[in-house]
Amino acid sequence: MADNGNSGKTAHWVGQKLKRKEDPRLVQGISHYTDDFKLTGMLHCVLVRSPHAHAELRAIRTEAARALPGVVGVFTTEDTASVGGVPCAVQMPDLKVPKHPVLATGRVRYVGEPVAAVVAEDIYVARDAAELVEVDYEPLPVVIDMEKALNGAPFIYDEYKSNQAFTHTLKNGDVDAAFKKADRVVKQRMVNQRLAPIAMEPRAVMAEYLPGEKRLTLWSSTQIPHLLKTQVSVMLGLPENFVRVIAPEVGGGFGSKLNVYAEEGIVPWLAMKLGKPVKWNESRRENFLATIHGRDTINELELALKKDGTILGLRGRLLQDCGAYHQLLTPLIPQLTALMHAGCYKIPAIQIDIVGVFTNKMSTDAYRGAGRPEATYNVERMMAIAAQELGMDAAEFRLKNFPQAKEFPYTTITGLTYDSAKYQESLKKALTLSGYASLRKRQKDGWKAGKYYGIGVSTYVEICAIGPSAATPAGGWESGTVRIEPTGKVTLLTGASPHGQGEETTFAQLIADELGIDPDDVNVVHGDTLAVPYGIGTFGSRATAVGGTAAYLATQKLKAKMATLAAHLLGCEPADITIGRGHLSAKGGKSISFGDLVLSAYTARNIPAGFEPGMEATHFFEPSNFTFPFGAHIASVEVDIETGEVKIEKYVAVDDCGNVINPMIVDGQLHGGIAQGIGQAMWEELVYNEDGQLLTGTLMDYALPKAHFLPEFTLARTVTPSPVNPMGVKGVGEAGTIASTPCMVNAVCDALSPLGVRHIEMPLKPERVWSAIAKAHLSPQGDPHT
Amino acid sequence: MKKNITITVNGTEHRTFVEPRLLLVHFLRDVLSLTGTHVGCETSLCGACTVLLDGRAVKSCTVLAVQANGHKVTTVEGLAADGLHPIQEGFWEEHGLQCGFCTPGMILCSHDLLARHANPSDAEIREAINGNLCRCTGYQNIVAAVRNASKRMSKPVAARAGVR
Repeated sequence: MADNGNSGKTAHWVGQKLKRKEDPRLVQGISHYTDDFKLTGMLHCVLVRSPHAHAELRAIRTEAARALPGVVGVFTTEDTASVGGVPCAVQMPDLKVPKHPVLATGRVRYVGEPVAAVVAEDIYVARDAAELVEVDYEPLPVVIDMEKALNGAPFIYDEYKSNQAFTHTLKNGDVDAAFKKADRVVKQRMVNQRLAPIAMEPRAVMAEYLPGEKRLTLWSSTQIPHLLKTQVSVMLGLPENFVRVIAPEVGGGFGSKLNVYAEEGIVPWLAMKLGKPVKWNESRRENFLATIHGRDTINELELALKKDGTILGLRGRLLQDCGAYHQLLTPLIPQLTALMHAGCYKIPAIQIDIVGVFTNKMSTDAYRGAGRPEATYNVERMMAIAAQELGMDAAEFRLKNFPQAKEFPYTTITGLTYDSAKYQESLKKALTLSGYASLRKRQKDGWKAGKYYGIGVSTYVEICAIGPSAATPAGGWESGTVRIEPTGKVTLLTGASPHGQGEETTFAQLIADELGIDPDDVNVVHGDTLAVPYGIGTFGSRATAVGGTAAYLATQKLKAKMATLAAHLLGCEPADITIGRGHLSAKGGKSISFGDLVLSAYTARNIPAGFEPGMEATHFFEPSNFTFPFGAHIASVEVDIETGEVKIEKYVAVDDCGNVINPMIVDGQLHGGIAQGIGQAMWEELVYNEDGQLLTGTLMDYALPKAHFLPEFTLARTVTPSPVNPMGVKGVGEAGTIASTPCMVNAVCDALSPLGVRHIEMPLKPERVWSAIAKAHLSPQGDPHT
Repeated sequence: MKKNITITVNGTEHRTFVEPRLLLVHFLRDVLSLTGTHVGCETSLCGACTVLLDGRAVKSCTVLAVQANGHKVTTVEGLAADGLHPIQEGFWEEHGLQCGFCTPGMILCSHDLLARHANPSDAEIREAINGNLCRCTGYQNIVAAVRNASKRMSKPVAARAGVR
């Protein structure tokens, strides 16, 4: 094994590009994802899923399936009636929360809804048997279009007499007055299309029940093992202190595993029922159909402006497609969307009205960014369109409306307090780095020569480090336990549950600095509820700012304890102790080695009166506010107006996520985020036809970005520490996704502005771009979208 | 009716009886417990299951185990005789992975490329790995990792770590 370069240095570890501690096992394929575990006597579960989007379930015949050799059982809703429903954690005054049984009961409401569970000794046999299950469906009218769903379409839930799932309004300032006094009102309708998160590891669940010990162990590819433990104990009626959830290596999440799914109730129920371990692996087809989707909003925006470009007010009416059922956080996501509609601008009056709509589709829920990309798309598209209508430069328009650095902490019209920012600095840096002035000159020259170059600007702020518990449905704190073992090695137990973010490395860096040791001497343990104190999980760009802070503060408690013991042993006051690399010293030169001190805390033969033996501390960190990372992205494109093809020439991102623990990991998060955001702008789209069939439900049809689709991104940083936590960190997991989608659409629409194209709906496939050009060309008023 | 097959995996010969429909990826994972080869789509579209069949990259979710009868298979576990292969070093050095699920397939696909083309350009790397999907990295550091590996492999010392 080659040296990872993480030991023996005397430098400060925080801020350094350290190679990841996770990687040796991952690059050798010797790590363990859920599907890599095999238990003795393990059975395999395959789910029979509805091919209909909306139908009455008349009969399920399982005899033929049961008769197949190797089949252990076939189970339907009558069998699983005792299993509690799939939970929704959100409460709102008028929220309708339909019953969501783990297996369809009476009706199916989306293609892919689980109808029966087949269990066999072999996965191939289980699949054969699933095909032998006969289900009689009586199709019902299908509701796909959100606007029709609210206007005369049949009801998905007869008892509600409506397809409206909830309403939500955020209003502040005198909006009507703002629009009355406006010199100009810019209006635009925009669709934020439905997306598939597509973690490369599909979901997987394995369960084992030991009746003697009464212990249920559930392995799941999840972002939230502790919350899952609580929910599963409720679903199955088991005492929570006998339920253990393990999130082993998790192959990406992007929000799709920030949930509690039907399979997480079905599989452990089967294991208990059958007395044998049971495993279920999601196929990619199932992943498209029955893992949560993201986005899917229709947005009507109006921006009130003075003719000098000053923003007076913003009004938005949003429809959120919830799908047929609520998953864990479905109705929460659009509330985040509403909150972030102030963007990084001074907006004196705002009104955002959101209506949640039931349709015969899979549920929407948190997908990378979760509400903020939707808001930022609306805001940044409106800023681009407004600047263009006013004849102002896109950058100049933004600079005019940013709050100044000295105004922070800045309270927005939506009621948030942005912690710290220098919006001007990040934008100016991006302008310089992209060669903005020369790009604009080339654009003007190009238009004369029939070349269509576009420059997209996107300045964003996002709400991260989720978050203060008062603003979250299930607690927004995080736990950290630091234990120095008797031999001096350190174990960190973190409630954050990473799945690619590299927290085993970054958390080790920050603890190593505090204790004067090497990151390689810190083992970061996560994802096992029996080992780790209760925690919340990794999502919402929260792990470092909340979970890292919990670890940091637990370490501070330990340092105080170490100083007390060292003072006792060295005959001085705790305040006179300093922690150096590998030793603690008193004023005047006496010192004790780190190892001797720790061991003496365990042998406990010579400790001060009242001193608790051992060397372990836990901190549950409750953040006082969110953090608000920000930045400026600039994309340069060329559009071929004959074919509608878009060439991405350059992508520059200047991001500010506060202090940086490991710049390599931060850059990696940004790369991946930008690629996902560009994916939405350019290629990705879940398309349901009017019968509710998912037309883009395979990796052949759903255009996930491939390596050769993307340019090399140019990254730079500004650093504005957050005052919300002692490390000054903010979060970076979602920034790229949030900024890049509007950046790309702004660039393409900017290129085509002389042709009268004002807006094109995503994804900007050549056919869409070409059609927009053609329509604008044919219409005397220009773009038909205006 | 089970078929008798002989497959050499990572230098070790395995003689066994398998169902004709058993996929190579399931043979590797379930019969041989080599779980470094991942299943991401079962339709040859994501590349997570990429292995080397007689030195060339194939997607083992669409190869039957019986089709590999008499052939040599290299999985990620068998890439390096000792320690890390230069491509694995490259991925580690350049942060060419995050969740790690696509990584074994990416590494073996890169192996196929570098065996044919010792010094590819970035564009050639992007073209070569376009059958392997990654949702975490945006590919930029994967390209850097392959570039890094190409440099490592051009050094004589690295050449010792070969495919078994």
